[in-house]
Amino acid sequence: MAFAGFMFYIFAAITVACAVMVVTSRNPVHSVLYLILAFFNAAGLFVLIGAEFLAMILVVVYVGAVAVLFLFVVMMLDVNFVELRKGVRNYVYIGAVIGGILFVELAMVATSWSLGPELASISLGPVVGEVHNTRSIGQVIYTDYIYLFQGAGMILLVAMVGAIVLTHRQRAGVKKQVIRDQVARSSKDEVTLVKVQPGDGA
Amino acid sequence: MAEQFANLFEGVWWSSYLAPTILTILLILAITVPILLGVAYLTLAERKVIGWMQYRKGPNVVGPFGLLQPLADGLKLFLKETVVPSGANPVLFLIAPMLTFILALIAWAVIPFDDGWVLADINVGVLYLFAISSLGVYGIIVAGWASNSKYAFLGALRSAAQMVSYEVSIGFVIVSVLLCVGSLNLSDIVKSQAGSGFWNWYFLPMLPMFVVFVISALAETNRAPFDLPEAEAELVSGYNVEYSAMAFALFFLGEYANMILMSAMTSVLFLGGWLPPFDIAPFTWIPGPIWFALKIAFVLFIFLWVRATFPRYRYDQLMRLGWKVFLPLSLFWVVATAGFLVAFDLLPTAAQ
Repeated sequence: MAFAGFMFYIFAAITVACAVMVVTSRNPVHSVLYLILAFFNAAGLFVLIGAEFLAMILVVVYVGAVAVLFLFVVMMLDVNFVELRKGVRNYVYIGAVIGGILFVELAMVATSWSLGPELASISLGPVVGEVHNTRSIGQVIYTDYIYLFQGAGMILLVAMVGAIVLTHRQRAGVKKQVIRDQVARSSKDEVTLVKVQPGDGA
Repeated sequence: MAEQFANLFEGVWWSSYLAPTILTILLILAITVPILLGVAYLTLAERKVIGWMQYRKGPNVVGPFGLLQPLADGLKLFLKETVVPSGANPVLFLIAPMLTFILALIAWAVIPFDDGWVLADINVGVLYLFAISSLGVYGIIVAGWASNSKYAFLGALRSAAQMVSYEVSIGFVIVSVLLCVGSLNLSDIVKSQAGSGFWNWYFLPMLPMFVVFVISALAETNRAPFDLPEAEAELVSGYNVEYSAMAFALFFLGEYANMILMSAMTSVLFLGGWLPPFDIAPFTWIPGPIWFALKIAFVLFIFLWVRATFPRYRYDQLMRLGWKVFLPLSLFWVVATAGFLVAFDLLPTAAQ
């Protein structure tokens, strides 16, 4: 277990350091790359607590798909972020106040928080070592939480449809290939044989 | 000091830390060295096979039958100078090829070569492979951005869009196989195909998904006819145009290692991994890893065959194939497989 503890501190330290670098680095592309590294180390932390399935899904979904699109957009943006930061001093006091309030609230929660003794018995979490966590997640999601799970899926679907409706625009006069028409073409309709008389041209 | 050093080799330090570490390093070498050799000779095989298909001889000067050609190529690339363009981001520029190469190698940790011959027998093996192969896009996109060159950047953008698109259909193909297996462990996937012979392997009942998977694997590894990221006619050479020497070589080693990896994945998911095609005497004498290597070689031959046969896709056709043909087809197949398994009460329940 000593090794797992050692790995925990490595993963946690890199995650926190990357999170700091996301906010502080001058180049937005570097920020996204640090964000990706932070995600990856968070996946490492998931593996350490025995949630391999969540770790892999985190890498597949966030690192492999979401962050790629993120990187994609940030690379295409031509925004001078140093220029944007010039007005930051005006907001630094408000930001500090909000941050301070949040920190105090978090500290109050962290010091007074305790798990009720009866909660341990009704916990829906998997018993470590009996079933694989993939199977236990499936058993919980598709039985006790099926309506919430389906509801989350519906919300995502609506969000996706909304995004497509908002961004999709039909432009007139764009030449597009219609595969069906192309496959339906035959040489009889398209090719005409012309007998060209010498000196007349076609 | 010497006594302390001697103490290191006995007791808990040795048995629980040092010995497993040394053993793991040896096992990693036992996997990576054959893969790197395979990569080197895959480049030769590619040139030879395409040569024969085009009625040429292929490389035949260096060594007997050109067998030393990969070593000569490697030596040449090793002796050249690594040029970092002055406008490039030097750290990311050098990290990108390393990332491509490392990701192509670490995925092999979960590939089973025979019953129990696997470095890390984790219960989410397929997801691990999927996660690692979805990371492969970063090497290319970072290379394209860090080069600070428009051709490299265009190639990287194409590649990112292409790999993300085809990952979706690969995911659904994997799901439909997993429905029949009932486990995410790669050894379990191979074992569930065991039985009498090759008609038990998943490529027959799932023939459409097998085809979709092989084509998506071509797109995922940026191979012809989907090699748009490095379309030399339009983009000079795409994302790797600014690279030279070993940095350039690492991209190619990574690409070929990824080809071998995708072939290994195809043979685990659809071609029965280490299992012999007939479960009778002369075939069962040949050990499992050899069958596995033969199946990988067969799929790799398909990769090369396709490259010598088909012209490159246009970009909009590539996107159409991924999103409008493969995605609905594989999604339908997942639903159909699940429905079939439930209707005939064939859902696998054994694997806990």
